[in-house]
Amino acid sequence: MGNWVVNHWFSVLILVIWFGLNVFLFVQAFLQYETDDKYYYTREILGSALAWARASARCLNYNSMLILVPVCRNLLSFVRGTCSFCSRTLRKPLDHNLTFHKLVAYMICLLTAVHIIAHLFNFERYSRSRRATDGSLASVLSNLSHHGKEGDAWLNPIHSPDTTLLYVTFTSIAGLTGVIITIALILMVTSAVEFIRKHYFEVFWYTHHLFIIYIIGLVIHGVGGIVRGQTKKSMEESHPHECAESFEKWDDPDHHCRHPQFEGHFPQSWEWILAPCILYAFERILRFYRSRQKVVITKVIMHPSKVLELQMKKRGFSMEVGQYVFVNCPSISFLEWHPFTLTSAPEEDFFSIHVRVAGDWTEKLIKAFEQQKLPLPRIEVDGPFGTVSEDVFQYEVAMLIGAGIGVTPFASILKSIWYKFQRADHKLKTQKVGHAAINFDKATDILTGLKQKTSFGRPMWDNEFSTIATAHPKSVVGVFLCGPQGLAKSLRKCCQRHSSLDPRKVQFYFNKENF
Amino acid sequence: MGQIEWAMWANEQALASGLILVAGGIVATAGRFTQWYFGTYAIAAGVLVCLLEYPRGSRAKGSTLERCGQRYLTAVLKLLGPLSRNYYFRAALHLALSVPAGFLLATILGTVCLVIASIIYLLAAVRGEQWTPIEPRPKERPQVGGTIKQPPSNPPPRPPVEARKKPGEEDATPAGGPPGGPRVNPIPVTDEVV
Repeated sequence: MGNWVVNHWFSVLILVIWFGLNVFLFVQAFLQYETDDKYYYTREILGSALAWARASARCLNYNSMLILVPVCRNLLSFVRGTCSFCSRTLRKPLDHNLTFHKLVAYMICLLTAVHIIAHLFNFERYSRSRRATDGSLASVLSNLSHHGKEGDAWLNPIHSPDTTLLYVTFTSIAGLTGVIITIALILMVTSAVEFIRKHYFEVFWYTHHLFIIYIIGLVIHGVGGIVRGQTKKSMEESHPHECAESFEKWDDPDHHCRHPQFEGHFPQSWEWILAPCILYAFERILRFYRSRQKVVITKVIMHPSKVLELQMKKRGFSMEVGQYVFVNCPSISFLEWHPFTLTSAPEEDFFSIHVRVAGDWTEKLIKAFEQQKLPLPRIEVDGPFGTVSEDVFQYEVAMLIGAGIGVTPFASILKSIWYKFQRADHKLKTQKVGHAAINFDKATDILTGLKQKTSFGRPMWDNEFSTIATAHPKSVVGVFLCGPQGLAKSLRKCCQRHSSLDPRKVQFYFNKENF
Repeated sequence: MGQIEWAMWANEQALASGLILVAGGIVATAGRFTQWYFGTYAIAAGVLVCLLEYPRGSRAKGSTLERCGQRYLTAVLKLLGPLSRNYYFRAALHLALSVPAGFLLATILGTVCLVIASIIYLLAAVRGEQWTPIEPRPKERPQVGGTIKQPPSNPPPRPPVEARKKPGEEDATPAGGPPGGPRVNPIPVTDEVV
């Protein structure tokens, strides 16, 4: 637990600030619409639902602004690079960008629900006061003319008592865009659940581009100015505190109060999301620019178990261990970019990826290269992105555990360690590295070609841990996993069990890094 | 497109639609909106949709992650036979269920989402997909050391010394070739006996 806090305090701080800002913006907008005299008459019809809707809208603007930032991968790499003097702990949140993206997405879903429910009440109340014939203030306000000499006098967007709510919704800009962007949001969320993302990546990839509709719809959503408050001029002439009581006499020319005048306000969403949209547009332009750069495939290797290794070169490409790239193959699919961990070491003069069949695109890629037809299919590469696994090099003893294709990030690390040994790199603390590659068919090390002790069957973790604890009684051992949740749980328990209570003796630190 | 099982996404979408229908229905009923009885219908329809869609079907290839506690509903769905297996039926059912909720603003979102789910199910049905229940696997008790099979008696085959001295050739071994067959290692491997 203490280890976790030391490593993650900065991420927690960012989350607290993010959530705190949400609360602050919500409360501020809520109080504004609940107490400001400008909306006195609006509240007369709508009640508190107005404030709920506007407060959630402000938070939606804020979160929609934030959601694009964690997926600006080049920006994050730039920040990571410029802040290399910062400690690793300060840069750790950059590695959890997708977690933050999902968190903001959940918040958007929650706020959307609040916003829609509040507006359902608003529309219902507008509709009721439109049809009311009891001569109350609400009905008088609702009957303020849409076409009168005063022009913009109207408050209630529902023009006539016979108009149905469905009609108003689908003929107003706010209603129509609201429905469309909510549908886009729902489709994005249902296709992004882990089950779909893992097994049917293309469904997720294409559907998630509905975010373009979400952004455009969000910007247009407020254009109609359907939320109205009293104009300044009207408030100077007939302030609600003085005039609200005497609303029956508004028609009377001798009375000091006139009909109140209302105006909508300018849409605000664009102010919030303009900057992140521009940043993200740059990212996509950069990806397009990179895709034009030539990638030379220097070697194609087909490994057993249908794993394809592609060794490539690209001018100006430089990588670190543990990073990943996005790969596009125009002959298979013009639009899809798929992420792959780099399996080569930075010290090598090429970079490589290992691809196994996991769906349509990977199957077609492997088939295309299997045929060995020249010219080889063109490959485009964007990246590298992602966390640098320099953590591994900080431990005297490192245990790297990879399951199945999860061994790929460790391939890069192991090769790099080997090179560093060769070149007597003094910064390398690591003295001993143990690698457990769990393969279900054959225990062949197809990735690194490094010599390793090959055992068969599932390791008995307790045995492994106690062996290492006995062999290195005074060391700090870093345990790194790239594999399933179940394995993570058992390894974490082993780390706790085998770490000595004496901080000077052997300590196991568990790192489940999402490579 | 070949490997995408559209029914899986349709299932997620339908489940979400059911929840949205229930939520919209509750708002309309609790707020006593105009024509709120449509809201009550939406709650009932939403619950039905959720119950039908909660058990995830089994994937065509590979293992499928179950939803928490779904085996009880899976048992019920198995009893329905073709009504639960056939996706044409599900598409039609969802379309029919969504129509009455389309008359009320509070539930129209649920309607649209359910119609979309129905369309995706139709696509799945056209492609011949079917709902197959996830069968419970017998609980395996991993015995300590039980997965350790008989280790091979021969050392892994290494390419002869001559083949290792030629590092520059394009080496595209087709899958199904001899395991550990002639393959150029990215880094030269020194042959130390362990």
